[in-house]
Amino acid sequence: MCKKALEVNALTTAYNNNPVLWDINVDVPEGIIMGIIGPNGAGKSTFIKSILGLVKPVAGSTKIYGKPYKSIRKKIAYVPQKESVDWDFPTTVLDVVMMGLYGNIGWIKRPGKKEKQLALDALEKLGMKEYCNRQINKLSGGQQQRTFLARALVQDADLYLMDEPFQGVDALTEKVIMNLIKDLKNKGKTIIAVHHNLETVLEYFDWIMMLNVKCIAIGPCKEVFTGENLAKTYSSSQAPYQSFVVKKDRSIYKSSILRGEKI
Amino acid sequence: MIEYLLSIFQDHTLRTVLLGSGILGITSGILGSFALLRKQSLLGDAISHSALPGIAIAFLITKSSSPIILLSGALIAGWISSICMMSIVRFTKIKYDGALGIILSVFFGLGLVMLSVVQKIPDSRQAGLNKFLFGQAATLLKEDITTMGILSGIALIITFVFWKEFKLLIFNPEFGDSIGLPMKKIDILLTCLIVVAIVVGLQTVGVVLMSAMLIAPASASRQWTNRLEIMIILAGFLGAMSSVTGTLISSKTSNMPTGPIIVLVSFLIFTLSLFFAPKRGIINKLFCTYKNNLKITQNILLTYIYHLCNSKDSVGLTELMKKNPCNSSKKLIKILKQMENSNLLQEHSDKWKLTLKGVKKVRKLQLEGDFYD
Amino acid sequence: MISPQFEIQLIAILTSLACTLAGTFLVLRKMAMMSDAISHSILVGIAIAFLYTKNIHSPLLIIAATLTGLLTVVLVEILKNTNLVSEDSAIGLVFTSLFSIGVIIISKYARNVHIDTDAVLLGEIAFAPFRRFYIGNIDLGPKSLYIMATILLVNIVFISLFYKELKIATFDPSLAFVLGITPSAIHYGLMAIVSITAIGAFDTVGSILVVALMVVPPLTAYLLTDKLKIMIPLSAILGILAGVLGYRAAQLLDVSISGSMATVSGIMFLFAFIISPQKGIGAAFRRYKKTKTSF
Repeated sequence: MCKKALEVNALTTAYNNNPVLWDINVDVPEGIIMGIIGPNGAGKSTFIKSILGLVKPVAGSTKIYGKPYKSIRKKIAYVPQKESVDWDFPTTVLDVVMMGLYGNIGWIKRPGKKEKQLALDALEKLGMKEYCNRQINKLSGGQQQRTFLARALVQDADLYLMDEPFQGVDALTEKVIMNLIKDLKNKGKTIIAVHHNLETVLEYFDWIMMLNVKCIAIGPCKEVFTGENLAKTYSSSQAPYQSFVVKKDRSIYKSSILRGEKI
Repeated sequence: MIEYLLSIFQDHTLRTVLLGSGILGITSGILGSFALLRKQSLLGDAISHSALPGIAIAFLITKSSSPIILLSGALIAGWISSICMMSIVRFTKIKYDGALGIILSVFFGLGLVMLSVVQKIPDSRQAGLNKFLFGQAATLLKEDITTMGILSGIALIITFVFWKEFKLLIFNPEFGDSIGLPMKKIDILLTCLIVVAIVVGLQTVGVVLMSAMLIAPASASRQWTNRLEIMIILAGFLGAMSSVTGTLISSKTSNMPTGPIIVLVSFLIFTLSLFFAPKRGIINKLFCTYKNNLKITQNILLTYIYHLCNSKDSVGLTELMKKNPCNSSKKLIKILKQMENSNLLQEHSDKWKLTLKGVKKVRKLQLEGDFYD
Repeated sequence: MISPQFEIQLIAILTSLACTLAGTFLVLRKMAMMSDAISHSILVGIAIAFLYTKNIHSPLLIIAATLTGLLTVVLVEILKNTNLVSEDSAIGLVFTSLFSIGVIIISKYARNVHIDTDAVLLGEIAFAPFRRFYIGNIDLGPKSLYIMATILLVNIVFISLFYKELKIATFDPSLAFVLGITPSAIHYGLMAIVSITAIGAFDTVGSILVVALMVVPPLTAYLLTDKLKIMIPLSAILGILAGVLGYRAAQLLDVSISGSMATVSGIMFLFAFIISPQKGIGAAFRRYKKTKTSF
């Protein structure tokens, strides 16, 4: 009997009246590793952020293990893109991993020995234990990613949402991360990861979701990861903005929108 | 009305002051646009404060409070401070905001020290210095205007000459490097011009408020257009309008310092632009977003009913609730009724089905892969 | 009898401590200029409160000023959220407008009062010993001392209680949100602290020195260490040094005390800039030479 880890219903998100996600209806069973692929601007990160409540949708709803997100927070772990933080912040690897437990500790109380041990265990699983006291501004890309994963691991969640976990990491780190993910799956957890490398899809994932503003296809890789679906997903390879923005020359608007800035 | 305008032109002092304010408005509007687009809006704040030690030291060295001397001091200090700022960002992990804060407070602190040295000197000419702290447009003299005019004129001519290079600097400096343009030197040139704009305005609005003149007219004009040329010219115009209006108001009211009034007028213009500009303005945006969100939800529901009706004749409310993009049944019913009014749906004993018009619309949506009609 | 000089230095020390504590997290959040914004905009709160109570020593002024500080932050957030202005433009627009309103109110209605805009900007700590705190007939010392001590206590309590929340809200606000720790609550809490500190300090040292103390010692410490647990006490020490050395220098040279303190903090920053291991110019230069020779 398979429970549904994630149920998404009519999820639609727009940014500045440009749709980024349109009428997404997916059901993801538990205990699988699912990848999300699609062109730039297709809404992959936005999809994850909408589930977590970081982005407010225009329409639709999501349920995690049958419940709304807020009541099941403790069962979800989030691994954001590593570019989303400032690595010059004066803190150590161990400290970052312990941050994952702040939700459990609650307000005001301090993390104690128990939390420290949990963090060290998580770091060990990712081969980072000897770096636990290293300052984070001295880490390589792969080490940064592993720190983030340890932070997610320590939360002992059931659903893991990862945004480009393999982006910009070395081959060894990629192996370590994949082993961890497989390990989690064997324990019955569900992992959903935004991915960018089409060559490794079949090797890494059980299910694949192909997204280009609309959900083009979702299901087991063997059935769904076909040439036809890929063509449909990547056909309008430019950011969808291009089709929906009025086709006049807008010097300031276009260049900065494409860079994602606001001026 | 005519008499009022005539009286202004005949009042010699007022004429001088208005001219000065106008020059200030145009220069700060135009150069402020560049600063805004480079995300360097608060640069004005830092440089205005940094000018203080320059002014004080210039006075101490030359014992003269002639505006040219003081302005030169301000220029040199402003220039040094912007170099310091760039060095901090370039050589350390400190980000731009931190560098601004450091330069602003340290230079100004140094200025205070110099000022206290000046105040010990029993010399009445130091009264001119106070103008620079808070600005007093009403005390602008013809020489001041001439200096301001010349400096601004030079700045604007340089801007015009280097227009293409500045444009490249803002949007794509790496490309400029790759085609062989000396982007670093152009960067320094632009920063120098901004320093000039600030120093020109110091006498009118004073140190604290000068930053507002670099930000408000440019931000206001930004709301009206996406084209660089128009934005800059409009900013100059709005800047001049704020300064002139502010000066007029302050001259007619007693006990009213000019600087704050000019700033408030420019802020008012900004707020009006923010709300009422077409396309980008808030009111327009809210309206469009509301309309669009409504359309989106309608289209989703319509498509859903279309698919369901393939196997059934019509769809009941409970079916629709399963899909419910609205997260509330009241809203769902409202939207269904709205679509009924537009003749896209028909209702019969609590069940809904598409009309011919509705079917046509769904087919059109699917065909064009379009999200909106 | 405790000498006024000693009292002044004590007040300077307390002020530096309160400012650097609040300022450390402010600069880590990349909001250094908020200190400038808040310390200017509180003028309007004070002006309005003064119009209402006509009493310059009324506690209403402090409350009004704190509220204005929070109002500044709220307005900046609102402007930012329109997505039509960048963050630094928003800050610049809000505080200059509020400050202008304040100046206008004072110029029109409160011309002859002790609050004049000079004092707001420049402050004069030398007057502090003359405004004393009396309970009954007992002179307990300068009022500023007690005010700053209370503010310092509030700062210490806030930072210790919410240390880990501040850390995570600064380092990774998305994660904080996902974990259920509301980063916006932390944000406003910190801004309230900054406002209260700015008010307490501006009376004695003026707006600009408040900015200097909140920004320069913490950033100097940031250059000298990688560890937050060291950065905080280090910036406190640097702040105290700036206060005491600045005061001594001002006494010696007979110049503005606030200006002197700010300049001293700047000199310390300059040292750190040059010598900082791995981060300063000296290190960058050494690295350059090293790579050149190894090549």
